Amino acid sequence: MRVPLSWLREYADLPDGVTGREVAEQLIRAGLEVETVEESDLTGPLVVGKVLTYENEPQKNGKTIRWCSLDIGKDEPQWVVCGAHNFEVGDLVVVVLPGAVLPGGFAISARKTYGHVSNGMICSSAELGLGDDGMHGIVVLEAGEATPGDDAIELLALRDDVLDIAVTPDRGYCLSIRGVAREAATAYGVELKDPADLALDGSGSGGYPVRVEDSEACSVFVTRTVTGIDAKALSPRWMQKRLLASGMRPISIGVDVTNYVMLELGQPIHGYDKGQLSGEIVVRRANAGEKLVTLDDQTRELDTEDLLITDDSGAIGVAGVMGGASTEISDATTDVVIEAAHFDPIVIARASRRHKLSSEASRRFEREVDPLLPRYAAQRVADLLAEYAGGTILPDETVVDTHPAPAPVNLRADHAARVAGAPITLEETVRHLESVGCTVEAAAADATAAPLAAGVHAPVLAAVGTTTVGTANVQADDLLTVTPPSWRPDLRDPNDFAEEAIRLFGFDNVPSILPAAPGGQGLTVSQKRRRRVATALVGAGLTEVVSYPFTGEADFDAMGLPADDNRRTTVKLVNPLSDEEPSMQTMLLATLLRTAERNVGRGATDLAIFQTGLVFLPKAETKPAPLPSVAHRPSDAEIQSLYDALPDQPLHIGVVLTGSLTPTGWWGKGRPAGWADAVQIGRVIASAVGAEPVVKNVELAPWHPGRCAEFSVDGKVVGHAGELHPKVCQAFGLPVRSSAVELDLDALIAAGPESIAAHPFSSYPVAKEDVALIVAADVAAADVQAALAEGAGELLESVRLFDVYTGEQIGEGKKSLAFALRFRAPDRTLKENEVADARQAAVQVAVDRFNAVQRVG
Amino acid sequence: MSGPNTDYDPVEVTPLHAEEVERTRDEALTAFTEAADLAALQEAKVTYLGDKSPIVLANREIGALPPQARKEAGQRIGAARKAINEGFTSRLAVLEAAHEEQLLATERVDVTLPWHTPQLGARHPLSLISEQVADVFTALGWDVAEGPEVEAEWLNFDALNFQPDHPARQMQDTFFVEPAGSGKVLRTHTSPVQARSMLTRKPPIYVICPGRVFRTDELDATHTPVFYQVEGLVVDEGITLAHLKGTLDHFVVSMFGEGLEARLRPNFFPFTEPSAEVDLLCFVCRGASVGNPDRPCRTCGSEGWIEWGGCGVVNPRVLQANGIDTDRYSGFAFGMGLERTLMFRNGVEDMRDMVEGDVRFSRQFGMEI
Repeated sequence: MRVPLSWLREYADLPDGVTGREVAEQLIRAGLEVETVEESDLTGPLVVGKVLTYENEPQKNGKTIRWCSLDIGKDEPQWVVCGAHNFEVGDLVVVVLPGAVLPGGFAISARKTYGHVSNGMICSSAELGLGDDGMHGIVVLEAGEATPGDDAIELLALRDDVLDIAVTPDRGYCLSIRGVAREAATAYGVELKDPADLALDGSGSGGYPVRVEDSEACSVFVTRTVTGIDAKALSPRWMQKRLLASGMRPISIGVDVTNYVMLELGQPIHGYDKGQLSGEIVVRRANAGEKLVTLDDQTRELDTEDLLITDDSGAIGVAGVMGGASTEISDATTDVVIEAAHFDPIVIARASRRHKLSSEASRRFEREVDPLLPRYAAQRVADLLAEYAGGTILPDETVVDTHPAPAPVNLRADHAARVAGAPITLEETVRHLESVGCTVEAAAADATAAPLAAGVHAPVLAAVGTTTVGTANVQADDLLTVTPPSWRPDLRDPNDFAEEAIRLFGFDNVPSILPAAPGGQGLTVSQKRRRRVATALVGAGLTEVVSYPFTGEADFDAMGLPADDNRRTTVKLVNPLSDEEPSMQTMLLATLLRTAERNVGRGATDLAIFQTGLVFLPKAETKPAPLPSVAHRPSDAEIQSLYDALPDQPLHIGVVLTGSLTPTGWWGKGRPAGWADAVQIGRVIASAVGAEPVVKNVELAPWHPGRCAEFSVDGKVVGHAGELHPKVCQAFGLPVRSSAVELDLDALIAAGPESIAAHPFSSYPVAKEDVALIVAADVAAADVQAALAEGAGELLESVRLFDVYTGEQIGEGKKSLAFALRFRAPDRTLKENEVADARQAAVQVAVDRFNAVQRVG
Repeated sequence: MSGPNTDYDPVEVTPLHAEEVERTRDEALTAFTEAADLAALQEAKVTYLGDKSPIVLANREIGALPPQARKEAGQRIGAARKAINEGFTSRLAVLEAAHEEQLLATERVDVTLPWHTPQLGARHPLSLISEQVADVFTALGWDVAEGPEVEAEWLNFDALNFQPDHPARQMQDTFFVEPAGSGKVLRTHTSPVQARSMLTRKPPIYVICPGRVFRTDELDATHTPVFYQVEGLVVDEGITLAHLKGTLDHFVVSMFGEGLEARLRPNFFPFTEPSAEVDLLCFVCRGASVGNPDRPCRTCGSEGWIEWGGCGVVNPRVLQANGIDTDRYSGFAFGMGLERTLMFRNGVEDMRDMVEGDVRFSRQFGMEI
């Protein structure tokens, strides 16, 4: 809502000299979101001039300029060059003189042009910041409107600050000068001159015939008729200026007046060309298949939920959203039927959304308009049409009004103080409620308050005092009966009224008290373990990044996922940011690889990054989530079905390594990051949360088929690590042999221990034995190691692989694995034969299981 | 040599002369002192303490002296030997120390050289600030609550008093999950975690909910469709707006220290009644750009204040929908954007830096913000 300060001043008696910025400050404190204040940069001298003489002077460039002398109230005439021709000798015009600055920062000086020295210029509407008035020339004032030499800035109210207010949904009444003026008047403690306080001259009956079929959707419908207007008349300049300042284009007197009244009062108005109406106006829901060509020349397919204004010809408007083209006011219109109605906010909101049509009218109806306004608004339109378009107002008036009176609400007299925890006295509470337009009475003896309790801060109770309402003395625990004003349908609950009293009391005046929570237990186990993983990875040199979770087919293709891969089955968005990325990620790498690509593209070729984030896994059966009642807590079954309807969303962790882990330097050659680093990072992540994963070779995209490790805990696969497939590196523009990890962090965390029991350790000497075993090349080292551990028995302290050898000496298709075994007993020094037996037992299991051959020498 | 010289005349045995002994001693001490290195010292040692050295030879002669003279000569020779030994030892210590010093000096390295083991990596500052907020509130005894990002529409809107056709629901620029009418959305705020907290916990409830949220904004310097919020919720007996202010004051001091200032101004949110906006003084211009066209501020649009978040007293309708006894309990809630917090707290000027995943952004923070 754009509010010119001059318009606001007309209805709120603001102190002289306050600026737009100061008013904005006050309105912000009162809870209006003033987004910007536009301050005019116009400075004079800018005066009214009377054309004394002019000469037409054709120029070489084909133009004809006028060399004019003007009476600007001085002894000597002012001589200027003018390119426009829409004026005659004797006309009053607006002259800007050297030294002035026009809107937009255009400084004016005397300058030589077309062979003359032009001492200023005659201004057009656009040059004055009034927008294009359609005159194709300079502004010509009405004869007698001013005298030469008058200050045109004041005359045309050219210097006007404009406040731009983002009106919150509960404050629909502030989508009007009337509403903002009310807030401004309250803020400054000055009188409000209500622009709706008009003399009604309608008869209350006999107007254009109207039948409302759906009185819930349309509770008020008022019409007035004005005949004999000159539709071609221009609306007065002040009205045009205000419309422009408010962001609306002046069009014609008929349209401008309805817009002007809507801005002023907040009541949307529709004007019909009476000559184009046929028969009774009926307000009803649309029939299936009905269509309407709206004012914007779009043909709209109507929905049976749409509320329509119709006549014998069919639909002539979507109620409260947009009128139809067939009955719109045109240059040929002479008689106008003015519609001012009250529509149900939800009906309008739905229609507006359905037709993707947000109009000035629908924005207001959606936020609910004062139901008492229609008669006054129609009167105001009729008055303005009579005054500026030469119309005649018929006393006949249609008034359909079934709107219920606002419901009174009972609340404790100290409710505002209890909600705020601030000593808002009862006297203040009543005064503030009255200033927003409420009627406040002492409640009847048997009244009860809505069971919506408020908090309280003990010292507050003593400070609220008592007050007198009507003839009753009211104490803190007495009830008040408060009736909201017609323009505040948002005031329904005790807390709504409390808010009004508190905001006028001032949020700044509410004390600051830190509440004492009961003792907590700090972070959960999962939260702590997540932090540990991040800290461990940072310790290993990795950098955390974030990525958007949106993905699509291009990413899946780039990762080489097979067509039937279940990771291509995604949760999709109805309205994604990009049609190419309609899906939520099913794996972090889908988006992390893009982040890696961006970094590599920016020159960071040696990359070690990680990210944690949810992945979104559709359930086998997708059910819609229910929408239970909000009147009470949903049943446990309803809550469960809310949860069940959602996809699984485990927390994953992803890692991408590219380029070198160790750079080449003065110490020697660098070391590229490879599959083993990725697997090791997987192990680091697992050990940071205390999980003990089992690792084995698998083939899975996007990894290299021979270099992918599957991690599992307790028999459940929790993720993968290894080198990326060469094609994947290529597709994402990553260096060759880049590697990646993706693990289900939730599952790993869940596999961590609840607590750890300490084991005693022996102080007897250790016995060391090395074993080299030749096995088939495809046997996993981890399995051989497990076999040794199993066979060695309880004397084994540790086993570690320290060498892998392949070569001619052991034959093709085989490899030699060398292990260091350490034996120790808890209670004695081991004898040689004990160690030898344990070693042999260990080897025997490997021999039995893998056909291993001990390598000697 | 024949037997003992019984006619011994001490004056005639020169090595045993007091002058001769002193001369030999002084000569030895001079030789040690003049030995420039350990090898020279070793040579001098052979000369003055070796088997053929004058002092050792003289010592042998003592036995040939008449008994009355032996004691005196023995003492003289003994004292001289001791002095020579000490002279050697102390010189040895000096030369060994010098030798070691010289050796270590040759092993000097340039400690400014880099090394190849990885440097510490870095956390993303959004994670760090999220954890810092969590720490501020866990220190107060609050719990950190979490929830899913694909959320039931009922929990994201209805349970929070966003009525189906209310304009507030349209303001939120929601991503809807297929198929249309699935009743599922990408959560537009972390508030559904508050609903979940009320549905699953019993008052008193003190929770802080950091998390990632989604709205259909285009990415630019101040907007991102995916961003992080943190919300707080308290439901307890006797909770008031004053408690909200006290909590926010504590929060501001914990996060920003002194200097920057917050203001509460009335606003509208369906979830709370009364509701207020929490604004912070612009960290770049500190308000200096307001009404000062020569010094426009890109960060706050020359408004002087930056919207930080929203807050209010929990609307009793929300408590009812989530099964809280409104006769007994009241509550407050607040929420703010973490990107925005980072922007004015750490001077991040462009939202895009925070969401593009460029490692340089994280690295400038390391593990601290």
